[in-house]
Amino acid sequence: MDIGGTLVKLVYFEPVDITAEEEQEEVENLKSIRRYLTSNVAYGKTGVRDVHLELRNLTMCGRTGNLHFIRFPTQAMPLFIQMGRDKNFSSLHTMLCATGGGAYKFENDFRMMADLELLKLDELDCLIHGLLFLDRVGFNGHPECYYFQNPSDTHSCVKEPCNLENPFPMLLVNIGSGVSILAVYSENNYKRVTGTSLGGGTFLGLCCLLTGCETFEEALEMASKGDSTNVDKLVKDIYGGDYERFGLQGSTVASSFGHMMCKDKRASISKEDLARATLVTITNNIGSIARMCADNEKIERVVFVGNFLRINTLSTKLLAYAMDFWSKGQLKAVFLEHEGYFGAVGALMELLKTTEDL
Amino acid sequence: MAECGGVDSNTSSGHTMDKSITLPPDEIFRNLENAKRFAIDIGGSLTKLAYYSTVQHKVAKVRSFDHTAKEAACDKLYEISVQEEVTARLHFIKFENAYIETCLDFIKDHLVNTETKVIKATGGGAHKFKELIEKKLGLKVDKEDEMTCLIKGCNFVLKNIPHEAFVYAKHADSEFRFQTTNPDIFPYLLVNIGSGVSIVKVESEDKFERIGGSSIGGGTFWGLGALLTKTKRFDELLQLASKGQHTSVDMLVKDIYGGSYGCLGLTGDLIASSFGKSATADKEFSKEDMAKSLLHMISNDIGQLACLYAKLHNLSRVYFGGFFIRGHPVTMHTITYSINFFTKGEVQALFLRHEGYLGAIGAFLKGAEEDNPNQYSWGENYAGSSGLMSVSPEMNPMQRARSGTFPFDMLEMDRLERQLVNLPLLQDPSSYIPDTVDLTEDAPAREYWLYCFEDALDGVVKRALASQPDMPEAAVRAEKFRQKYLHKLQTLRHQPFAYGSLTVRSLLDTREHCLNEFNFPDPYSKIKERENDVALRYYQKAVKALEELSCEDRQFALVRGVLAGNVFDWGAKAVSDVLESDPEFGFEEAKRQLEERPWLVDSYDQWLERLKGPPHKCALFFVDNSGVDIILGVMPFVRELLSRGTEVVLASNSGPALNDVTNGELQILTERIAAMDPVIQAGLREDRLTLVQSGSSSPCLDLSRLDKVLAMVVRERQTDLVIIEGMGRAIHTNYYAMLSCESLKMAVIKNSWLADRLGGKLFSVVFKYEVPAGRPDQDDAALTP
Repeated sequence: MDIGGTLVKLVYFEPVDITAEEEQEEVENLKSIRRYLTSNVAYGKTGVRDVHLELRNLTMCGRTGNLHFIRFPTQAMPLFIQMGRDKNFSSLHTMLCATGGGAYKFENDFRMMADLELLKLDELDCLIHGLLFLDRVGFNGHPECYYFQNPSDTHSCVKEPCNLENPFPMLLVNIGSGVSILAVYSENNYKRVTGTSLGGGTFLGLCCLLTGCETFEEALEMASKGDSTNVDKLVKDIYGGDYERFGLQGSTVASSFGHMMCKDKRASISKEDLARATLVTITNNIGSIARMCADNEKIERVVFVGNFLRINTLSTKLLAYAMDFWSKGQLKAVFLEHEGYFGAVGALMELLKTTEDL
Repeated sequence: MAECGGVDSNTSSGHTMDKSITLPPDEIFRNLENAKRFAIDIGGSLTKLAYYSTVQHKVAKVRSFDHTAKEAACDKLYEISVQEEVTARLHFIKFENAYIETCLDFIKDHLVNTETKVIKATGGGAHKFKELIEKKLGLKVDKEDEMTCLIKGCNFVLKNIPHEAFVYAKHADSEFRFQTTNPDIFPYLLVNIGSGVSIVKVESEDKFERIGGSSIGGGTFWGLGALLTKTKRFDELLQLASKGQHTSVDMLVKDIYGGSYGCLGLTGDLIASSFGKSATADKEFSKEDMAKSLLHMISNDIGQLACLYAKLHNLSRVYFGGFFIRGHPVTMHTITYSINFFTKGEVQALFLRHEGYLGAIGAFLKGAEEDNPNQYSWGENYAGSSGLMSVSPEMNPMQRARSGTFPFDMLEMDRLERQLVNLPLLQDPSSYIPDTVDLTEDAPAREYWLYCFEDALDGVVKRALASQPDMPEAAVRAEKFRQKYLHKLQTLRHQPFAYGSLTVRSLLDTREHCLNEFNFPDPYSKIKERENDVALRYYQKAVKALEELSCEDRQFALVRGVLAGNVFDWGAKAVSDVLESDPEFGFEEAKRQLEERPWLVDSYDQWLERLKGPPHKCALFFVDNSGVDIILGVMPFVRELLSRGTEVVLASNSGPALNDVTNGELQILTERIAAMDPVIQAGLREDRLTLVQSGSSSPCLDLSRLDKVLAMVVRERQTDLVIIEGMGRAIHTNYYAMLSCESLKMAVIKNSWLADRLGGKLFSVVFKYEVPAGRPDQDDAALTP
């Protein structure tokens, strides 16, 4: 599992090649957990299994099985630990592979409440390992990666599948609550170039404050319907057209939320406009910083991952647009289907590796 | 990018309410009657007006009598006449947009000059007020590109105003750490934070490029802040932010990790996700906390981008400006913090004292291109400029009360007669700091000197009055001078950083500027003349006495002569009493007053040793006072240098300051001495003794702002010795100055507080002979041309 600032990502490998013998040996407890996880798509009020991401008939460590992707809010962590105790997880494994900040934050709770030891793994190691693994195995016969053609036009841009052949070097932009930007030179050689606190958490946090919405889904839904130009001040709002002296097009955002300095404009905008403007602000900014980092590190491929990109294509399209804009078409933004789960997959791989070693 | 034009700050009530205001013409829009070339920069809330004008000044000129025609017919040494001189001055005034109509009316009423047809305009609000300006002033509004103006203005202040740029350190003893002026200002990065952010790389006067920008800027803070907190005004939002706690809104690293993320070196207090907590809790957040979080988010983002651009373009000087910054300590602090974080201290965030004026200055320069303003050196006039942070009413209630009208801020810059450059002999021009003590940082010293200057003010007023006995209105002017300087001292007490680093030099210069402002160009002219006259009579006797000494004894006597002569100084309080007595007696008396060797700083033995070696090629001598000092102290010393085969360049002030000898006076004195002394005469004739002006009118000395001709002569003559004399030039300034050739600093400490500070006592002697490291004194230390 990968315990982030906002979401916990959990991957579960369900072996399908279980022999009768094995099934016999399997304790009841484990069966009940498997049944619980595989027969539901929602857990409690907030847990979700992303069925569309399930990887079927995957071979991991010589076993064939299905890989399930489950997420729930980090806020529900105490409940999860409670469940772990109730279901007596510790009778199965005493070791749980965990990454993300929560692996540190909740370590003590796991030990005290559920008698579980966490094997804490570095989140960036896990992220890279998981990502490279999923890219290799593909997405049920399709490529894991994709990019957008015509990113400059959000209406006509088309999603195109692709593979990360010769993936290195790549700039890996992980957008969770915050953003980390890594320059990856090989599977085990990478550095964190920089990061920004303007990430998914900022989008959701601001949307909640500005629109009263409560969930990421709601916020994105609103953003998809809004018009940010009612909120943002564009170059043409200031100069009446393009600012030719500096080659700035009139449609470029000059000031995010700039119209909101004015009382009348504040009264005339909708919640949807605000949500959209927030999304555009965040994606544009990430695009700009990513482009600068790519230039500074002299890396041409920029890969975006993280749970901020989940659910709809709006954020990915906006990021693709931002990358295209800031790099003047020089850099292509690459995305992955399993957005925010690579850390958890990486942790699982580590778990398998350690059990193998035993 | 642009300052937002047309935001809430311009309410219609502002236009009507202030009609009744009468503007005091001697305080705002000064010298309008001669004004020409207008420029205006109208931002979202502030208007900046610029104009060029000429100022009629009384100046004291000295003229030699024609001695051949009426030999000894006159008992006076030379003629002092007060003449009118016209100098050029740039005026910049900043006020709130609400008063724009009042101001335009005032200008129309007072504008006599009619040759002006056009007003250059820039800023986001320029088009909004275009009609009003054209109607009121009858001038055609000519719009100039905002960014071009900004850069032009920035170049201009960086080049012409010492201590223009500063580093902001909230928790330091002095919040403002001013940067020394580096003549080489390019390349630099200007990050202008208006509604959005423009990042501009400036490579030369005319070459600059917008290399990037961001839409997350001041407009985002204002707009988003208004939505989140229902607070309308930008200033109020900043106020809120300064009171808030961002940790209740932001998700920190420790909120995710429970502590720090050690292996990446991310501390627990670092913001992982701005507003990350406001998504999770159902609780209410305070306005203050949200504003603070927003401020951090935006400042960090801008700081990060600025660093990325600086790194990509390999630039280390990054200046921040725009209304988001404009003197607000809160934003300067957060930006500084961000830059320090992202560059780990490699890049410093720099701010500008006159940031708000850049657009107006640039627009003005665009309009004045035919006058070639960039050909001249300009200087900030301390008397006519408000100083840093005076526009904010809460920061400076005095300013508001004094004007009695509305808050405004002024900058006046004088065109200097001479172009100023670095002394070519500075070891490292970029690290040269003229002033020995920074009073901005040294609170006890500041206390003392502010008190000292205030205490001496009565005497200065008296002296000024006495210098103009025939002018009945002098009393009124003298009183105005007193008020003005007193006010400056009070301002500096509260805002020591108002004009850059506060130093004894800046206090002295401010006083000179104030005296000039009220037409007391040279209060000491008559005293100087009398002293010069008396000292001249004693010259031959003094030289003869020296010649009778053995070579080694003579060297010591010459040094003692310079030191004793330097005791004669009307600028130093402790000395005035001695001066009232007979100068000849005084000179001998002064020698007796001198500290016995070993002096407080004493490298006389090394100096004497050096004199046994080959003569210097050329000595540059910065002289100090008139009278005994120059005539009986310096001249015999110069004479000895000439006799040794060393060429001498005597550098004296271009304009008067206290009783310092001016270049004009020194010309006459040298001629008179030459008439009595064949050595001096030969020196002049053979061009081995040269008189140059320093370009300064200060009792102190800034070796980074010297007359271009002086620099040229110094280079041509392959100067290998610099002599600096007197407390103002060798102790208050240049005490630590490192030169690339041999140097000699001689002064007598005539202030007991300072003597105490330096570990000496009144009349302690500083004799500092220095040879630059790595250069043996036998070596030919001369500059290669």
